[in-house]
This record gives sequence, structure tokens and C-alpha cells, in this order.
Amino acid sequence: MLYAPTPMHIPDGFLSIPVSLVMWCISLVVIGVAVRRVGRELGERQVPLMGVLAAAIFAGQMLNFTVAGGTSGHLMGAAIATILLGPWAAVLVLTTVVGVQALIFQDGGLVALGANIFNMGVVGVAVSYFVYQTVRKIAGGRTWGIFAGGFLAAWFSIVIASLAVALELALSGTSPANIAIPTMAGIHALIGIGEGLITLGALSFIYASRRDLLTSGQSNTANNLSVWVGGLVIAISLAVLAPLASAQPDGLEWVAEQRGFLDLAQNPVFNIIPDYVFPGISNEALATIIAGIIGALLVFSVAVGLAYARRRS
Amino acid sequence: MHHSIEVYNLSYKYPDGHQALSDVSLKIEPCEKVALVGPNGAGKSTLILHLIGILTGQGEVHAGGLPVVKENLSKVRARVGLVFQSPDDQLFSPTVYDDVAFGPLYQCLPPDEVRQRVDEALTTVGMSGYGQRVSHHLSVGEKKRIAIATVLSMQPEVLVLDEPTSGLDPRARRSLINLLHDLPLTMLVSTHDMHLVRELLPRMVIMDQGRIVADGSTEQLMEDEALLRSHGLEKP
Amino acid sequence: MHIHFLDPFREGDSPVHSLDPRVKFILVVSFIFTTSLTPTGAWPVYLLLLSLVLSVEVGSGLGIGYVLKRALLALPFVLAAVPLVLTLPGDPLFTFTLGSLTVTITQPGVERFLSIAFKSWISVQAAILLASTTSFPDLLTAMRAVKIPSLLVSIFGLMWRYLFVLADEALRLLRARQARSGQTDRPGLKPGGSLSWRGRVAGGMAGSLFLRAFERSDRIYMAMVARGYDGEVRSTPLPALQPGSKLLLSASLLLFLVLLAAAILFWS
Repeated sequence: MLYAPTPMHIPDGFLSIPVSLVMWCISLVVIGVAVRRVGRELGERQVPLMGVLAAAIFAGQMLNFTVAGGTSGHLMGAAIATILLGPWAAVLVLTTVVGVQALIFQDGGLVALGANIFNMGVVGVAVSYFVYQTVRKIAGGRTWGIFAGGFLAAWFSIVIASLAVALELALSGTSPANIAIPTMAGIHALIGIGEGLITLGALSFIYASRRDLLTSGQSNTANNLSVWVGGLVIAISLAVLAPLASAQPDGLEWVAEQRGFLDLAQNPVFNIIPDYVFPGISNEALATIIAGIIGALLVFSVAVGLAYARRRS
Repeated sequence: MHHSIEVYNLSYKYPDGHQALSDVSLKIEPCEKVALVGPNGAGKSTLILHLIGILTGQGEVHAGGLPVVKENLSKVRARVGLVFQSPDDQLFSPTVYDDVAFGPLYQCLPPDEVRQRVDEALTTVGMSGYGQRVSHHLSVGEKKRIAIATVLSMQPEVLVLDEPTSGLDPRARRSLINLLHDLPLTMLVSTHDMHLVRELLPRMVIMDQGRIVADGSTEQLMEDEALLRSHGLEKP
Repeated sequence: MHIHFLDPFREGDSPVHSLDPRVKFILVVSFIFTTSLTPTGAWPVYLLLLSLVLSVEVGSGLGIGYVLKRALLALPFVLAAVPLVLTLPGDPLFTFTLGSLTVTITQPGVERFLSIAFKSWISVQAAILLASTTSFPDLLTAMRAVKIPSLLVSIFGLMWRYLFVLADEALRLLRARQARSGQTDRPGLKPGGSLSWRGRVAGGMAGSLFLRAFERSDRIYMAMVARGYDGEVRSTPLPALQPGSKLLLSASLLLFLVLLAAAILFWS
């Protein structure tokens, strides 16, 4: 199988429903804005260009290189997409890439898709844009700005996105913040170097062959000031929130404590059912056994029904 | 001196179930120039991929004097140079120099030697001076020659080429044939170009449906029109 | 040399295959939603949910083994939840010492970890069922039905069309690199080049892929214009849902609701 899941795509079951829903809302809003903005900027060329580039990023994620022993580095693509297409189109492209990864290849969950789109499509793109534009401004239009900017944009996009992933996991109570955040940040600080190198290599190739693709109007900060500011805000908030949260053992409990929810969470709605019906077997175990039997009967009857239907036809 | 290429009873089935090779056996001596012909889907490309261990099937393969097994793959790839059909997929570096230097650089040769090898390879294919050019902007013929140079810089014993003349206009084709003619290497060429076979490659191996159906002198086999036709080939 | 095995869709004539893709999509997403909402430790409900998924797997003719094998893919991420076993406060299951550290594995921690793992495993199977029994064009129909903007749906469609073409190109780039990754007989030289060089070469390959994608999109655009494309995406209207499908949809959603309510009542 040439395709393997990566540590940034969160599967279903790991995020709490509140966190998933909030992330979905944010992502949907950003996607909505992107659809409108892209319509204005790119015009008719938009569909084939974004579709094929989405395919290229997806296929590009297969292009790995050995880091050490059996591990390999490869591409996420937020930075290169942002640099080549501008932020709003990049949001749409990454949304499709992440969406297909979840829907077809189960790399990332479907309910968790909102969060994954947010982490890679929104955070990844906004931070890339902010870093790239800033570095290019600093370079005053000189060539090194493109390459340094590309490398740094790639690195930051990975690291900051990983902080977002870790915070989401912590807020959902899936991973204790003081372990998740440093681990994610640490691993992705290394993975980010790989992303940086690949982005750098891609930019070198494109710069050598089609320089016009890198110096056209997309690099106009004035058009996309909101994105630049957004990138700055996201990067700073995550960079600040993360160390704060990682001081707390359990992000959810910390949040819950702040609001006094801890008391509410303890009381079950019904307390009247005695703990056991048969001596020695708790109600819960009994229910589990019964459920297991019902479940097995269900599967069995479907199998038999199917076999019967086949024999008749 | 060892055989350059030996294949014993090689069979291979693709993951989707398609039996691409069935019991293929082949021996190529040093300095032989051999044509591999047959209709599309005969298994020519599949066979070629086994020679440097990109695919692994049942049976034995020896290339460049080494058995093609996991421990030897690096060494085999330095001895057997494989030039793929599409130059675009082989020219993946920003400049021509970078692409031709990839092989020696990967081998960690000293920079002076790398430079020397690149110059030699480019001269051999008639593209010296193209070092700083961007491969993306070159014509198909030029790209095909650079693709050969990317492999020559590794100084292989054997050169395996997949459809070298496809997509070339007559002038580029003529220049490529002259180039191949002058190379003093063992050569295995998979091709549909029967004129090329007759002009350049004295031995011909015909494949069809994953098997070798004929293996002999090009001159003799070319006369057997019935044989050629039954395997989708035409006498030039 | 084609990446056709990348496409998970498996042809079949089971009732699951022929079910309206819109219904399938909504059911799978609702199922995953229901599973995610089910509280920790509601094992009987988890078992019933699992049996639902298994029945559909059997009914689809895909074979339980096939789905379970693909479901293993989600496993590595489970490591993210392992620390819970140690950090969640509650009844200790057992304690052991590692040097100067005392490490306690708590019962609530293990329960939460296993719940997360189990729920994730069930959800992945549902997602696999959707992808394996629904062709991509049908999935696009489902996307349109849930009101995803047509611009986005078109991008999905074009992406899918060219995914295999570009994946093929990427595969050939990888093979070309493999073919030139050799080792001399000279002693003392370890092959591979520096890490940064390798990374940049991989980047060059990616750049080459992107560039060809750009130029290919130019040609596609011209072909679309030649057939009358003017920027607006138009598609055929969606047919109405069959009554049988509507019934299945409502019954299933009701079932999910009941299971969820029971789980929340007894286990939260």
C-alpha cells in the first residue's frame, strides 16, 4: 500500500463532539469565504487549476525521502500550495486533499474532518502565508527571500498545526496536555524540517523552470491583509496557549475546573437501578453479555439471509 | 567475466492478479546488443523492472554479475543503468547538471570526480555545455539524451533502455541511433521501432503474454513474417 | 504500472452497493457521530454498534476480513491516547516502579483508553464501508445533496480524475530515482548523500510534478473552453429519494437515536 496515514490526521473517536463541532463551524466559515474570494480572483481558470494541483499535492505526498533507518519524510503541502496559489485557493485545495484523504482513504475521520481541515487548511495556510510574506518583505524582493521564506513557511506551518492538533486532543480529554503538546511539537519540529526541505526543492525547481509562477500577483500582501493578520494571530495564540496548557495534566479537567463543571459531571441521571440482578454478576456485565448475544445474532442472521437470497437467485 | 544479465524462470504477478511474466529465462553476454520486442502488455517493461530489483518475482535474476537480491540492489543499480521511457519522469532536478550528477552524488563520490563524470556523460551524448540549462525547456530529443547521460554518469556495464526512440522526430531519432551505436556497453533495448532493431541490435528476443516466444539472430527472425505477425509485429 | 489499486471502491451487487449514495453518506456520518457521542464505558452499546457495522459488512459482500484489515490503518494514532492510562485519576489497577518513578495504571484511564480505541475502530470500519461500496461519482452526488458548494464538488471531481494520472507520474519519478540510487564497489563510501540533499531532491521531484500539473491544467482548461465552459459549474438535477431509501434512512436514524439515548441515560 503506497499510502499510509500521517500523525496529523485525527481519526474519529479522538475528539469530543463539542471540539469537533466548533472546528467544523470555523472551517465551514473559512471555506465559504474562500469560495467567494477565489471566484473573484482567479476567474474561470479556477476549477481545473485547483483540481489538478490538489491531485499534485496528493500525489506529491507519495514522494518521500529516507530520514534515518526506516523512517521517511514527506510533504503536507500547505506551504507550497499557499506560495503557488495564494491563501484562499490554497484553503480550497487543501480542503479537497484532506477531504479525499478522509473520505476515501480513511486518513483522518469524517466527524473529525472539520478539525483536520482547520489544522492543515486554515492554520497551515494562514501561518505559511504570514511567514512567507514577512520573510520576503524582509528580503526586500531579493531572491533568497523566496527560498528562505518557503523553508520557514513550511516549517512553521507544520509545527503550529501540530500545536493545534495537540490542543484539540487535550481539550477533548483524549491526551493529557502536558504529554501531548511537547510530544507533538517535538516530533513535528523534526518533520517540519523534512517539509521545509521538500518545499525548498520544489521552489528551486519551479524557480528554475517557470519563475513567473512565483513572482506573480499572488504575493500581494495588500490583497490579503486579513490572511496575513490571521496567520500572525493564529501563530502567536497557539504558541502561547500551548505551553500554558501543557502545564496542566489534563486539559479538559483544567477547563472543567475553571467552570465548576467537575461537580456536575459526576452525577448519573438515574440511580435507581440496583447494581446487580444476579448475585455475583453486575448489571453492567449482564447488559454487556446480552448486547453481545443480540449483536452476534444480528450479524448471523444477515449472513444467513444473504446466503439464502443468493441461493434463490 | 560474468554474464551481464541472467534471468532464470522468472514469473511475476501484479497485485491486481494479472500474470505479467511466466517462466522467463534469458542470458545476455557482455557487449551484446539485444532487442526486446513484442506487443504492448507483453511484459517487456515488467521484465526490465526486475533487472534492477524494482519489482521482485519468483525465479532468479542476476545483473552485472550479482544476484539481484535486497543486499545487492544498490550495487546492481550502479552496474546496470536503466533509462525509462518518459524523460520527464527522470529529469527531476532544476538543472541538467544536477540531474546528471544525481547518480555520482548519491554514491558520495568526491566533487571533482562528480564534475568529471558529468562532463564525460554529457559529452558522450553530445550535450556538453548544457549543464546549466533547465531540462523543462528542452526538446524531447534533447531530454532523451540527457536522460541517458543521467545513467551514463554512473559508468554502468549494462545499459537498458525502454522505448528510446518513441516520440522523436526523424532527425532526433537518427542522432539517438548514432549515439547508441557508438556506446561500447552491453545493451538491452525494449522497442517497437523495428528499423532500429534491424540497424542496431543483432539479437532479438520476442515476448508475448508474459513469455519469451523467440530468441535469436535479428536477421533470421526478421525473415519469418508469420512469426512476427502472430505477435503483433511488422517487418520493417 | 498503474496505481489502480489505490482506489478502494470494490464493484459488487449487494444491497449496500445499490443503496442511494446520499442515504449511505448520511447514515455513515450519523453513525460515526452517534459513536463519538456515546459515553465512555458503555460497552453494551459499543457491542451493538459494532454488530451493526459487522452486519453491513457481511451484507455488502466485502468480507469482514477485508474491512478489518483496512481498519488497522487507524491503529497507530491510538498511541496518542495511551498516556490516559497513566494520568487519569481514579482507582489504581496496578502500580510499578521504573527507577525512581512510581507509575500507576488507573481503572478509569484504561476504560477511557479502550473506549476511545474501540469507538475509533468502529468509526473507521463505517468509513471504509462507505468508500468501498460507493463509486466516486456517486460520492460526488452525495456531496451535492448535502449542499457542498458546487465549486468545491467540481474541484473534488477533477482532483479524482487526475489523481491516478499524477500518482502514476509520482510512482515513475520514484522508480527513476531508485534506478539511479546505486553504490560503487569502492570501499568506504556509504551511499545516500546528505539528508538535506535527499530532501531537496524529493522537493525537486515534487516541483516537477506541480509544474506539470500547472501546465496540464492549462490544457484541461482549453479543452473545457472548447466545449463551452464559461466558469460556471452546472450539473444535472438530483433525482428524488426512493420511498424505500427514505424508510431505511428514518429507521436507521431512529435506531441510532435510541442507542445513543440509552447509552447516555445509563452511562454518563
